[in-house]
Amino acid sequence: MSEGLTLENVRIARGAAELIAVERHVPPGEVLAVMGPSGVGKSTLLAFVTGTLAPGFTATGRVLLDGADLTGTPPEGRRLGILFQNDLLFPHLSVGGNLAFGLAPGGSRAARRARIDAALAEIGLEGFADRDPATLSGGQKARVALMRMLLSDPRALLLDEAFSGLDAARRGQVRALVFDIARDRGLPVLMVTHDEEDARAAGGPVIRLGEDQPPG
Amino acid sequence: MTATSRAGRLRALPALTVLAMLGPVAAGLAGTLLPAAGLHPAAGGTGLSLGPLRSLLDWPGLAAAARLSVVTGLVATALALGGVALLLAGWAGTRAFRALERLLSPLLSVPHAAMAFGLAFLVAPSGWVSRLVSPWLTGWERPPDILIVQDPWGLALIAGLVAKEMPFLLLMSLAALGQADARRRMQVATALGHGRVAGWIKAVFPAVYAQIRLPVYVVLAYSMSVVDAAMILGPTTPPTLSVQIVRWMGDPDLAMRLTAAAGALLQLGLVIAALGLWRAGEAVVAALGTRWIARGGRGRAADPALRAIGLGAGIFSAAAVLGGLACLGVWSVAGFWGFPDALPDQLDTGSWSRHLPGIADAAGTTALIAAAATAAALVLVVGCLETEHRRGVALSRRGLWLIYLPLLVPQTAFLPGVQTLLLWAGLDSGIGPVTLAHLVFVLPYVFLSLGDPWRAWDPRHAVVAAALGTSPVGVLWRVRLPMLLRPILTAAAVAIAVSVGQYLPTLLVGGGRVATLTTEAVALASGGDRRAIGVWGVAQTAAVMLPFAAALAVPALVWRNRRGLHV
Repeated sequence: MSEGLTLENVRIARGAAELIAVERHVPPGEVLAVMGPSGVGKSTLLAFVTGTLAPGFTATGRVLLDGADLTGTPPEGRRLGILFQNDLLFPHLSVGGNLAFGLAPGGSRAARRARIDAALAEIGLEGFADRDPATLSGGQKARVALMRMLLSDPRALLLDEAFSGLDAARRGQVRALVFDIARDRGLPVLMVTHDEEDARAAGGPVIRLGEDQPPG
Repeated sequence: MTATSRAGRLRALPALTVLAMLGPVAAGLAGTLLPAAGLHPAAGGTGLSLGPLRSLLDWPGLAAAARLSVVTGLVATALALGGVALLLAGWAGTRAFRALERLLSPLLSVPHAAMAFGLAFLVAPSGWVSRLVSPWLTGWERPPDILIVQDPWGLALIAGLVAKEMPFLLLMSLAALGQADARRRMQVATALGHGRVAGWIKAVFPAVYAQIRLPVYVVLAYSMSVVDAAMILGPTTPPTLSVQIVRWMGDPDLAMRLTAAAGALLQLGLVIAALGLWRAGEAVVAALGTRWIARGGRGRAADPALRAIGLGAGIFSAAAVLGGLACLGVWSVAGFWGFPDALPDQLDTGSWSRHLPGIADAAGTTALIAAAATAAALVLVVGCLETEHRRGVALSRRGLWLIYLPLLVPQTAFLPGVQTLLLWAGLDSGIGPVTLAHLVFVLPYVFLSLGDPWRAWDPRHAVVAAALGTSPVGVLWRVRLPMLLRPILTAAAVAIAVSVGQYLPTLLVGGGRVATLTTEAVALASGGDRRAIGVWGVAQTAAVMLPFAAALAVPALVWRNRRGLHV
């Protein structure tokens, strides 16, 4: 068990009721889709992986990244990129400020600025650094949120209904962009979704929750 | 969760907050109880005795003072609540309501003393109302010789309290309306043929009242024991019980402190009894209301009259407070102003230049105390809310009672005790203790003001920031606080307004030697110099209004290019 994201005998319960039981390994570049109706606890699994599980839930099992145990690591030390349904760009920062928030510390001011400008060019938003994120279109915001996450140099991607907020045309585009980047960079992806189309496009294994099926 | 283990310093803040809010209340009650039982060495009380109680009972004005306290409290609270209910029932959602709401919201912060002076200037025999209708309507060439302000029944005091507390209850009700699903309840009620007002009272009011019950109790406790407004508008012989307690506390004969302590205990008992009575009244009203609903009447015929009363109540509140403030403003720049002229003959800035040095001094002290209390309250409340967020626990019902507790215990019941304790401990009364006393009253309002926006913040922002490598402290400073700049500044403005308006804590805990805009203004009450009162009243009001203006202007300026943070 080495490269990739491993969910080792993960069991999450609320009170006495077990919500999730997962045992899976996601190799680099592969997308594991977790599907199921809303309220079944899909996002709870992501909260466990990021280390932000709300009190009231109890979890056992381990999360391993490239063989190293993450379970005791604080959320900010895990280097897991997460995208939600909403872009969640920080409204008080400019587009460039949001990217700088993600960009790992270090480097001169000019060098950081150059990284951000280059990153914006990469997602087709050249010269957008000083813009107010609230003035961007939905697709543009999604791309900025994606790039903000990538600049933090994550070692795995977590997608929480990440494409549900986009209209049909943008959806396919942004989805393809995310999956391409994950493949190029060799990042394991854990995707939570209720949309079959997302799972098909990912082309990887699928776990279905809430449909009496033995875990693993 | 790991974030919790690294929040060591934060964890102390909730306990510290409870201590800052309830410590002085508990200590003050103890400091009241002991002298009331005869223990007060400095004043010659060396052993348990019934002396203080006896001297209280010997005071001939006791029955009248106690009755005044109870009646003004109950009547003012019932009228303010009824006015707000009828205003909401008859007008919520209309354009007239929105206009009134915009007028009433800023009035919340007007200090009670300024309101009381303004109302006195309006309704006095030589006041603005009388001038406006004289002599063409009344035939008065000279002010009529009738007692309106400081009337023996406390009617002027009740009117002032109703005008001042209506905006508070209205704001609390508006916050409750959202959770009560008022719009759909009304749709159902009107579809079933109920009149507008009757339908609202039957279908919406119970849900709203459940939410505003504690604020209503605060209004009741406050109205029964208010001192500054009662000194200005209330009767004098005898005054309300609370005013008499303060008079005893200020008596050069230290033995009177024991009587004051006994009176303070009585005041506490009266407030507890009145709260119990109100609670019982709730049950009676609920039972009657259930029967009314069961009878099935639709109450449509009563709509016009009840809506008129509701609107009238709202207009009364706005007119009394705003008209009063305008009257203060005019008096502050009035030259000769003979009766029955509606306006002064000439304008004269002499009053301002005469009082400006004194105002500058008092404003400096006021600002120092307000700034310190506000800063402390913000740190404590943000610390509590952040701890709540990181532990994932919500404020319990009991927690909410704790927040309201300092506002439910009458000020006159525990502040004399605080003064006594300071005296015993040989501690210098001064700006420090006064600031701590202000903090007791500032903290609850900062909690109530900041709590909802703080909890409404999308916690996924914290998850995203943490995933980007930001520590919990970094999330707080770099994401949450900047995003919540507007509600934080609003809470700060509320805090400053509460601090600026405090009369009794400043007077008693400051030992009469800490002069703020409010204590100086109230001290003018007995002198009757209307120009001086006008100047100080305007200064006092400006001291609460300017922070609110800043709380609106600063975020608009700082976030002018951030549309996502506009309201």
